[in-house]
Amino acid sequence: MSETQLDARRLLCPMPVIKTQNKINELESGDTLIVTCTDPGVLHDIPAWCRIHGHRVIGSTTQDREIIITIQVQK
Amino acid sequence: MNTQRKAVSLISGGLDSMLATRVILDQGIHVEGINFYTGFCVEGHTHAIRAKDKKKAKRNNALWVAEQLGIKLHIIDVIEEYKDVVLNPKHGYGQNLNPCLDCKIFMVNKAQAWAWMEENQFDFIITGEVIGQRPKSQRKETMPIIARESGAGDRLLRPLCAKNLEPTLPEREGWVDRNKLFDFHGRNRKPQIALAHSLGIEEYSQPAGGCCFLTDKSYSSKLGDLWQSRGERDYELDDIMLLKVGRHLRPKPHYKLIISREEGENHYLNGYQHEFTTIRTLSHGGPVALVDGKPSTEDLLFAARVVARYSQGRDAREVTLSITEPRQEALEVSLLPLPASDIPESWHV
Repeated sequence: MSETQLDARRLLCPMPVIKTQNKINELESGDTLIVTCTDPGVLHDIPAWCRIHGHRVIGSTTQDREIIITIQVQK
Repeated sequence: MNTQRKAVSLISGGLDSMLATRVILDQGIHVEGINFYTGFCVEGHTHAIRAKDKKKAKRNNALWVAEQLGIKLHIIDVIEEYKDVVLNPKHGYGQNLNPCLDCKIFMVNKAQAWAWMEENQFDFIITGEVIGQRPKSQRKETMPIIARESGAGDRLLRPLCAKNLEPTLPEREGWVDRNKLFDFHGRNRKPQIALAHSLGIEEYSQPAGGCCFLTDKSYSSKLGDLWQSRGERDYELDDIMLLKVGRHLRPKPHYKLIISREEGENHYLNGYQHEFTTIRTLSHGGPVALVDGKPSTEDLLFAARVVARYSQGRDAREVTLSITEPRQEALEVSLLPLPASDIPESWHV
């Protein structure tokens, strides 16, 4: 099981969601994806995308203006 | 044993595509949604950028609709491919720079390419189109054009107005029951609202003025100005994003100022400081401004006076500003703000 970082800073939604979706398509079940973003819209959109595709958000933190969302891939 | 039929639905986030999807789901079809990101989508961006909008819900309506319907949604980046639709629309533009008919053909074509892929294997495509709903793209005579030119042919089903059209393959084959489809037409929204109510759908988004910036007069004017000033019809994603932000003033043909209007826009424009010359007010609260084009030093000093006019020092005898060219040391200048009366309306793009 791997851990992958994705830099989605300076991108506005839905681009961070698209990048997350495309990266998860490359990963295996059980892998972890850590997405770093700056658009606060991701706090709603990435978890929503994960819910409808069955992946699990295992954490989200905000530091300064950066939002870090950790996802466990479930296929 | 019956084959489980599969449809892909173009989900915009509005009510029509939500209803079209729901009525097909209710017929036992497996439906997944698809949504295309062109760069011109209204959704989210101004909320994300402008601080004053931060209290509003920032949900992506297409994702929200998919979640309500319990279907998957695939969001596809088509920014590069979409350029040709905007720059060379075979069927022309609507009232502004909106190539709505070409756009619909493009999206159905892309949905079809995705749907017929070996790993997806969908049987047909559905849209929320209603005859007469839109003056450019949703007319009785454009429906067959979209089906034909997209390549989807009779695998394109419009559940909300299917009874006004020839039966499609899914209807003829009995994959869906035509009797349970609809004959909506025109701009009246009451049938859709009544259908939503009967299906227990009480919450849905009602975007005012459509979901695309190209239908907006002011935005189209800025895009036209961009093409004219550069002497070519082309754009990059950053260009079309910046057209959504700030005041755009063009004091001279060879340069333009993008001046933030509030804190959120300050922050957003600061993100471009390595690509554009940036002007900031130092002695007073004020905007961040990007200079797009090829200004001379004299132009930059004049531009700084324009920016000072939009700062809290607009009535002061002197405002101190920094002018920073990409990867250069900032130049600090103190200048008299340009009087409002010296900024003609014609500068506003």
